[in-house]
Amino acid sequence: MGITVEGATKSFGDFQALNDVSIDVPNGSLTALLGPSGSGKSTLLRAIAGLETLDGGRVLIDDEDVSKKPTQKREVGFVFQHYAAFKHMTVFENVAFGLKIRKWDKDKISGRVHELLGLVQLEGLADRYPSQLSGGQRQRMALARALAVEPQVLLLDEPFGALDAKVRKDLRTWLRRLHDEMHVTTIFVTHDQEEAMDVAGQLVVMNEGRVEQSGSADELYEQPATEFVMSFVGEVNRLGEQYVRPHDMTVALDRDDGAEEAMVQRIVALGFEIRVEFVLGDGTEVWAQLTRAELQKLELREGQIVYLRPGEIKSFNGDVPSSDGHGASTPHSPPDDDDAEVSAAV
Amino acid sequence: MRATSSARSRWGLRTLGLGYLTVLLLAPLVMIFYKTFEHGLAPPIDAITSPDGLHALKLSLLMVAIAVPLNTVFGVGCALLLVRHKWKGNAVIDAIINLPFAISPVVIGLSLFLLYGTQGWLGPSLSEAGIKVLFSVPGMVLASVFVSLPFVVRETVPVLQEIGTEQEQAASTLGANAWQTFWRVTLPAIRWGVAYGVVLTTARVLGEFGAVSIVSGQISGETETLPLFVEKQFANFNTAGAFGASVVLALLALTTLLAMNVLKRKEDA
Repeated sequence: MGITVEGATKSFGDFQALNDVSIDVPNGSLTALLGPSGSGKSTLLRAIAGLETLDGGRVLIDDEDVSKKPTQKREVGFVFQHYAAFKHMTVFENVAFGLKIRKWDKDKISGRVHELLGLVQLEGLADRYPSQLSGGQRQRMALARALAVEPQVLLLDEPFGALDAKVRKDLRTWLRRLHDEMHVTTIFVTHDQEEAMDVAGQLVVMNEGRVEQSGSADELYEQPATEFVMSFVGEVNRLGEQYVRPHDMTVALDRDDGAEEAMVQRIVALGFEIRVEFVLGDGTEVWAQLTRAELQKLELREGQIVYLRPGEIKSFNGDVPSSDGHGASTPHSPPDDDDAEVSAAV
Repeated sequence: MRATSSARSRWGLRTLGLGYLTVLLLAPLVMIFYKTFEHGLAPPIDAITSPDGLHALKLSLLMVAIAVPLNTVFGVGCALLLVRHKWKGNAVIDAIINLPFAISPVVIGLSLFLLYGTQGWLGPSLSEAGIKVLFSVPGMVLASVFVSLPFVVRETVPVLQEIGTEQEQAASTLGANAWQTFWRVTLPAIRWGVAYGVVLTTARVLGEFGAVSIVSGQISGETETLPLFVEKQFANFNTAGAFGASVVLALLALTTLLAMNVLKRKEDA
């Protein structure tokens, strides 16, 4: 049940939400649509579900053009950021909704609902109303409701966006495991790159209504196709037209050819990782990611003058990635072509 | 010191509020009840169990039975149109719906009289077809529907806006068509708002005087609703009859208001 979108365009008044977007999501995969707000990722997801009508382009589910099909006939499971729980129904009734619409008989519905409540760990809460559940429980109920009807594809729109950090982490681990068990083709929308990399096998990075790049997390990180991907997926320092990852910055105490003079501005200890902020001679602010051991060896202190050598530098001319020099601080893993299952026409 | 002065001002405000309500609302009502039963139960009961009185009561309830369902269906449909289907004409529809609030019922009655009268646009062709609107039940229903039209719309619109569209979208992703979504998701979600509108509509239809008095011709035992009956008894110096019917009307109104409060409490819970 792969999903293909071809040349999707959509405008809301003057705002172009989707500008000739094409994606290809293979059967059984777990794909993240990643991008800042306003990038068109939610609109794309809603168009796949039929909740938005495209101005142009096609949506294919399992090679069938569903562009003209109404939502209720597309057999998609959809999970909303704010749960969209049926407030006047109990947890049981919420999960049973799609089955009642399909006119299943009572015993079968009851069996299926309890099976799903077990799956989402809400067994004891069948008679509660959504208002009596926590955010995480509500979202798991919404997921059970979407899965009850055995959808062809599962679409999640910022599913953990309204939850606090701890619950978020638990739920995303849980979602990944669930996907490993069910193998239903899943697309989920997020603006959180860490979440996308943690959960999804493939990522589609969107910006301003276009697909910037798609591929595995490694590919996006190691071979970003555009400036946007470079700065959105992972941390980055900008040095004029060049970009460098903070962990690719080598800090030396002695003057060195090709290294830039910099002053240590601030040292922030974030557990194992140390964030050291510098200001360069021309006023540019950059930072380096060091380990605790590296920091202790260098004995850095605020106000000190040091020499920075950027390791792997990337610059983008006409959106063609080019590598320049190789830093020794991180091993460079070659891109794995087998992971690049998501292809995107930009 | 501060606590005492704030307590004092609180009691002052309460006394003022209750006093105001007593003078303006409670005193006249108490007076009606007192006057009605001043000479025992018999005179008012005789008055309202007279054939004309009973007929007036039945006719009033008939108005409620027809006008309230009509305005409920229209009101919910209209609210859905206003909230769920954004359209330039919505502002115009919204303004038109408020007309019955703005126009005096007497004027509404007169305009219906002109439209359906022998000189009106619709009157002649309808009477040729054998349909009598003025001085009969159809005209009175039209007047009742007109004056009570805005309540369900006005109560339903904010509730619809508040519930948003996500639950409806969720229903459609689960396979529900528009009709199933309305009955199983939208209507249950807005039910207390609609019920509140129904109660207000009922109270308004029961009490309507001006518009109905003009289109009905006030024929005793034929086109006389309870408020019209009260007015006629009063004009004919039959105070016992007037008061008795008034009490019945007041009790009906109080029952609907009580129902409204019960519903409101349920909504809050």
